Amino acid sequence: MKLAILSDIHSNLEALQACLKHAKQQGAVQFAFVGDLVGYGADPVACIEIVAGMAQQGAIVVRGNHDDAALSGLCETMELSAREAIYWTRKQLGASERTFMRSLPLLAQQEDMLFVHACAVAPEQWTYITGPTQAGHCMRASKARFTFSGHVHQPTLYYQSPKGKPQVFYPIPGVAIPLLTSRKWLAIVGSVGQPRDANPASSYTIFDCKHHNLTYYRVPYDHASTARKILAAELPAILAQRLVRGH
Amino acid sequence: MSMEKLPAIGSEIDGFKLLERVYEGGMAVIYRVSKIGFDLPMVMKLPKLGFGNHPACYVGFEVEQMILARLSGPHVPAFIAKGDMAVQPFLVMEFIDGPSLHDYLDRGSANFDAAASWIATVADALHDLHRQNVVHLDLKPANILFRADGTAVVIDYGLARHAHLPDLIEESFHSAVGTGAYISPEQILLSRCDPRSDIFALGIILYQFVVGRLPFGNPTTASGFRKRLYREPMPPRALREETPPWLQEIILHCLEIELSARYASAAQVAFDLMHRDQVILTERSRRLKVAGFFTVAKRWYAALSSKAITCTDPLVHLSSASHIVVALEIPLADEKLLQSMREFARRAVSADAHCRITCVTVLTPSILDEEDQSRDLANNLYTQALLEMRHWAQLLQLSPEKIRFHVLEANDPADALLQFSRTNHVDQIIMGARGSSALRRILGSVSAKVAAAAPCNVTVVRVPRAQVI
Repeated sequence: MKLAILSDIHSNLEALQACLKHAKQQGAVQFAFVGDLVGYGADPVACIEIVAGMAQQGAIVVRGNHDDAALSGLCETMELSAREAIYWTRKQLGASERTFMRSLPLLAQQEDMLFVHACAVAPEQWTYITGPTQAGHCMRASKARFTFSGHVHQPTLYYQSPKGKPQVFYPIPGVAIPLLTSRKWLAIVGSVGQPRDANPASSYTIFDCKHHNLTYYRVPYDHASTARKILAAELPAILAQRLVRGH
Repeated sequence: MSMEKLPAIGSEIDGFKLLERVYEGGMAVIYRVSKIGFDLPMVMKLPKLGFGNHPACYVGFEVEQMILARLSGPHVPAFIAKGDMAVQPFLVMEFIDGPSLHDYLDRGSANFDAAASWIATVADALHDLHRQNVVHLDLKPANILFRADGTAVVIDYGLARHAHLPDLIEESFHSAVGTGAYISPEQILLSRCDPRSDIFALGIILYQFVVGRLPFGNPTTASGFRKRLYREPMPPRALREETPPWLQEIILHCLEIELSARYASAAQVAFDLMHRDQVILTERSRRLKVAGFFTVAKRWYAALSSKAITCTDPLVHLSSASHIVVALEIPLADEKLLQSMREFARRAVSADAHCRITCVTVLTPSILDEEDQSRDLANNLYTQALLEMRHWAQLLQLSPEKIRFHVLEANDPADALLQFSRTNHVDQIIMGARGSSALRRILGSVSAKVAAAAPCNVTVVRVPRAQVI
């Protein structure tokens, strides 16, 4: 059974559609969204509609910090452009979108897989996993063998070694990595809607739950259209430029 | 999981029935197995994970599970199944019912030609592995088996490295891993990514066959390993006088301490072993003693500060060591076309630091038949062909080790070129577009056939013409 794991959609409809289409072509039959459906982009309602529809069909969805912020709060920890986008997003959301967002859990576990937006240690603190040390804390806190997260927009794979400190691996797109069951793994799946590694193509992963093969994919989409929509919505211009530059 | 007691013959693991035990070592035990629906002869490898076993056997087993499943082709045992590491780790693969290179070694010192042929087939296998982005890093006679048709199969991927997968070995060991007798200088410096490390091991194996002993002994300590960073082996001819110069040249070229001085690809080693008359003899072939005190001292001093090299993919390295064939039609006729072809060759050479060019032409017996087919005439044509190819290549001004010349005899030039390309790991063929010669009209387009069926890139060169509107 192939499970597609998508994160950090950030109201980017074109990217979401491109990734879902790509995942279905690869044979994905199950879907997990590990947070940040909204924020930054111009299509929060359309993105929530798609994800909520898939959730009804059994897709796993967890809450991200931008989803949280879109519901309430002062967002003082966010940078200015992100905060502006959140205020804008709040005005777009209707009652049904809010109800759906409020229903989202911080963690979801299915068999030996755990889904969390940022880190399995105190998920509500939205800790960034920027290196093996934080990844090690996260893997130890996770009850599952395979943990999938987003938040950090760089596709990265961490794993525990039998002894010593956790290791980092930078995956090659399209190459299946066998995740051995003798170890714990933490896959940061990259961002669908706002890649930040100088490559504007969307990032997501597919996990073959039977053979435990994990494949990272990069999917090009029409980022120029998305950028134009952001400008038309009078969101901060830097959010449009970011999509074109990929960082 | 501990395994104090070995599983009994006749018992089943995941539906595979254990038939007989074929090997038991310190790290693993291997059984012949069968399963309904599988016709292939198979073996199951089980790690020995009992108390007191070296962690290498566990990590090595993980690594082999990861990598073997990714490999394919005739030079690896086919991967069949693996067992969940957390439940019952095992690995089922094709059983290769052939002798190992180690068995050949046991038969005593081999004649030079036989040794060269065996090692050439091993080099073929090695090149195929490298093309799959894998470096073996534990190549030794016991890890090389032969199929009934003579194809070499490389087994045991416990220390191997796949450039696109996490390297579990690197993180687990902070000292050099490998087999003392065959380990390369880079591995001693903890570099685990260069395909030329396997070429070093190949050189040691060839040395062993030719001289009858290991060039560096079989050290087991870190200081013993480090000698490889500055000591070179005694030249084979100093120990076995009758060693042919071409063979010593190949061996010492494989055993260069500096990566950049070593053969750039296993394909180049295979080519030289199969075309002995074309080996470019350098000072290496004449050497009768090891470097003097001052050279060794200098190397020793340099080794103190040498560090692991930065890693690139084996495939990226190989793309800089491509084998380019330039197919020439003899007699050389169309000067403009030949000039264009030379430009393509020149570009390839300047782009790829380690590439080699082989100029090839095909003499068809029909040419010989048209005239009186005496051997003298054939020899004349052969010599003439070589002469003309050298003339064409002259203007490229390549250093001699970068270029070879080859005359094929065949009825069908396209078939001959294709065959040559397949057996010599050719990466690119440069040839002229269909000409207007009478021969071409009779034979049809050679380039079209080659382009359609070649196992590599084909560049069909045309003379630039003024644009016609």
